Amino acid sequence: MTVTDDPAVPDAPVDLAPAKEVGQARRRKEDARLITGKTTWTDNMVLPGMLHLAVLRSPVAHGRITHLDVSAAKERPNVVAVYTGRDLAEEQGSLPCAWPVTPDMVNPGHPSIAVDQVNHVGEAVAVVVARSRTAAADALEAIDVDYEPLPVVLDMEQAVQEGSPLVHDSTSSNTSYHFVFDAGEAGTGADTDQAFADAEVTVSRRFVQQRLIPAFMEPRSVVVQPSGDNYTMWSATQIPHILRVMAAMVTGIPEHKLRVIAPDVGGGFGGKLQVNPEEILCLLIARRLGKPVKWTETRSESLMTAHHGRDQVQFIDIAADRDGTVRGLRVRLLADMGAYLRLITPGVPALGAFMFPGIYKFPAYRFECDGVFTNKVPTDAYRGAGRPEATFAIERIMDELAVELDMDPLELRRKNWIGAEEFPFTTVAGLEYDSGDYHQATEQALQLIGYDELRAEQQRRREANDPVQLGIGFSTFTEMCGLAPSRVLGSLAFGAGGWEQASIRMLPTGKVEVVTGSTPHGQGHETAWSQIVADQLGVPFEDVEVLHGDTSISSRGLDTYGSRSLVVGGTAVVKAAEKVVQKARVIAAHLLEASEDDLEFTGGKFTVRGTPGAGIGIQEVALAIFAAHDYPEGVEPTIDAEATFDPENFSFPHGTHICAMEVDTETGSVKIRKYACVDDVGTIVNPLIVEGQVHGGLAQGIAQALYEEAIYDADGNLTTGSFVDYLVPAASDLPHFDTGNTVHAATSNPLGAKGVGEAGCIASTPAVVNAALDAVRHLGVTDIRMPLTPERVWRAVHQGGDGGDRAAAGSNAQGASSGEAAAASTDPSSTGGHL
Amino acid sequence: MTQINVRVDGASYQDDVEPRTLLVHYLREQLGKVGTVVGCDTSNCGACTVHLDGNAVKSCTVLAVQADGCQVTTIEGVATGEGPTATLHPVQRAFHEMHGLQCGFCTPGMIMASIDLLKENPDPSDEEVREGIEGNLCRCTGYQNIVRAVRQAAAEMSGQAADDPEASPAVVDTAAAEHVAVQA
Repeated sequence: MTVTDDPAVPDAPVDLAPAKEVGQARRRKEDARLITGKTTWTDNMVLPGMLHLAVLRSPVAHGRITHLDVSAAKERPNVVAVYTGRDLAEEQGSLPCAWPVTPDMVNPGHPSIAVDQVNHVGEAVAVVVARSRTAAADALEAIDVDYEPLPVVLDMEQAVQEGSPLVHDSTSSNTSYHFVFDAGEAGTGADTDQAFADAEVTVSRRFVQQRLIPAFMEPRSVVVQPSGDNYTMWSATQIPHILRVMAAMVTGIPEHKLRVIAPDVGGGFGGKLQVNPEEILCLLIARRLGKPVKWTETRSESLMTAHHGRDQVQFIDIAADRDGTVRGLRVRLLADMGAYLRLITPGVPALGAFMFPGIYKFPAYRFECDGVFTNKVPTDAYRGAGRPEATFAIERIMDELAVELDMDPLELRRKNWIGAEEFPFTTVAGLEYDSGDYHQATEQALQLIGYDELRAEQQRRREANDPVQLGIGFSTFTEMCGLAPSRVLGSLAFGAGGWEQASIRMLPTGKVEVVTGSTPHGQGHETAWSQIVADQLGVPFEDVEVLHGDTSISSRGLDTYGSRSLVVGGTAVVKAAEKVVQKARVIAAHLLEASEDDLEFTGGKFTVRGTPGAGIGIQEVALAIFAAHDYPEGVEPTIDAEATFDPENFSFPHGTHICAMEVDTETGSVKIRKYACVDDVGTIVNPLIVEGQVHGGLAQGIAQALYEEAIYDADGNLTTGSFVDYLVPAASDLPHFDTGNTVHAATSNPLGAKGVGEAGCIASTPAVVNAALDAVRHLGVTDIRMPLTPERVWRAVHQGGDGGDRAAAGSNAQGASSGEAAAASTDPSSTGGHL
Repeated sequence: MTQINVRVDGASYQDDVEPRTLLVHYLREQLGKVGTVVGCDTSNCGACTVHLDGNAVKSCTVLAVQADGCQVTTIEGVATGEGPTATLHPVQRAFHEMHGLQCGFCTPGMIMASIDLLKENPDPSDEEVREGIEGNLCRCTGYQNIVRAVRQAAAEMSGQAADDPEASPAVVDTAAAEHVAVQA
């Protein structure tokens, strides 16, 4: 267990013949093609006779299609066909929602292309098929559409009011579902109302999780090639396996006639965990025309129509004793579904339900959430998916409670977190946390950032009334990862399991093919899986090839999301390798004329105990069984094996993140002075990859705190519809990160891995906001809504409280350009009235 | 259609293009130079960065006709030699060594921008690298390892070892290996 303060170590040598590959900073196998431009992005695909799709999208957020004339577009040069929703209505089915979180959840269905009505800006209305990308795009201009506008529903708090206009005529309200987890009822905790009634102190807050856009760098792209009644789809997707099943069910194409390939995929972050309308449209149109088709989105299309993330209003109450001991937690969410329920839209906030208690020993807890329809693009998974929202709320309100109690925020956390000696610990949400040491991670993070000196500087700046104030913010977080135990998913009404499959093929030359059902899009599976297999089989790292992302090669799989790849998929690889060794042992014993019991397997070689010199390598066994001239009776002539691993528990990465933030009280600008974090992600297979995942997660979490927000105007137009307006941070917008690790192996899988993909993103956002508030709390600031733009910070500093958050938030949702300052009068409910 | 003559990655091409064709689309769709990618439509992301007569440009902001008579270098032309024996450009090598990429979609543009940066400033500080590549967006790495990679390449190209600790790669936590519960 070491803190790895990276600047202190001069080099990262790779031992080329290490005793163990796991733990080595192997450089990635993936890089060779990526740094030379020899890549197979979906949009690179060119097939003979391939046609190009362009999609006409609704410019109105809510309206009936009263007139749609595509005849002129059909006459445009090089246009082969034009389709409308009416043309495809009979065959398009409904896009799937795989997570009906409650039995009475209302799902109005989601056509891939609108038939009579549009419910958000950007919804597909017509599709042009042409010989070239440009011809298709040009012909869109010749399509004539009239819309009868309907009232636009944008603000969740208004949408759930009695009498609000409805997004869907077929529903009786804009509430899709009401999901409740009550620890008292579940038997995992005490009665929450009683806990609050008995408490000496309660603090209530309303936090806003702004709407975010995953903004993967590679725009979505789909190619479908029909061949007789078989179809091959290439898609820039995280989920080729799930997509195959779902697309088959939606279109009626038999599953065994559909092959889905995810070639090189340029990032996803949950944004490519989706069954897209355009994937279905490509299949339908390829089926009709019998020709290969391609659709590649523009960035503007992507920001406008690919699913968004977050977008919750969180009402959170915490109860405690005067000494800081927490007594109860109560959470009520409004979660914006957008106009439709997509693949796991309703499940995202429900997944978060289990993480609001964080690392703290709450005796009582109640969670309820309303999923609300609005005329915006649907929300769905975005890096962390439910858990960042929960972590933000609990880590923010712990700071608010500390203020209320006049306690040090870290002292309050220490008083309430689960002790290292208490694992395994069943939380009030019913999860069994298996391992960790919150104290150790915190101590190391404090050292890493130089805490005492920062606090001293903060004091100096305060006393000097420095216009630039310094704040320090904490986030001591955990997350549930390694999605997921299949039975648990079943109990949560999720439509699939959470297992993962791997197979290992031993080639005659001793080379090894590893097939994984987990589908990378930047995570480095080819490298990490090679390291695991090299150790398990005792073969050189270079001799392992990892195959993935093609349903014909990797027949079973549940793909990549929820920090599951290593934890579940990597374990499946370990299990498959164990089977290979078992099968090879039988052959080796036969060839060595020894008893299996007398064989030892180390370093890739079977040796006979007590008989020096007698031995055979597993790669030699592979050749022997390929020849199959001499092997035991009754044994299959193969040592290939496959395994499916279904975890029995989630994994629980944790860590302590500390942000030191400078706030310029005169301009409202904020600057991260230092950022340090110590994460415990269990066993580290490749420290380089782990560090990279943490860095990238931090960037996205910090971006939520400081930069990013998807904003709609009063008519439901996305005003942040390009990278000019949606502020994905550049290198100059982000600080240097000091990262470290503690290592407490997970007990739920033999690798001991906990998952790392989401940690940085989940943990960092509240640390950053807590730091900014710590800098200006003494000036009367109680909250600043994300992202912390200079304007919001300045208003908070100069107006006190939350700087008119509630009004400003409303103005963002509704796009009102006036009255913001006037409306920024005190609204007691927005500050909880505590300060 | 307008005829252009352009030299791309060492080969000469003569083509008829629509006047509105962007250089990036000409490279991808007519020359098959798909190593250069399109990441946005507002010239913000830099994924399409190539060198036009030796200077980095976002090839979505240049019309193909503007490249008439010019030399274009793409990510596919920065290594020397061919096939498996090709020698990578030091910046390519440094991105690999320092784990300066994950999904790799921004990488061609990032490498081309970095090469140009080092031409202008052969020994940039961390801050100068961050400012120098701020026209290129990466969603995966958080940029820290890209900064390391560029500084490592700078050191290599100037013939010096990277002695600045900030330019060092990640620590190897070999202690982690001891926690592996299962070994064959």
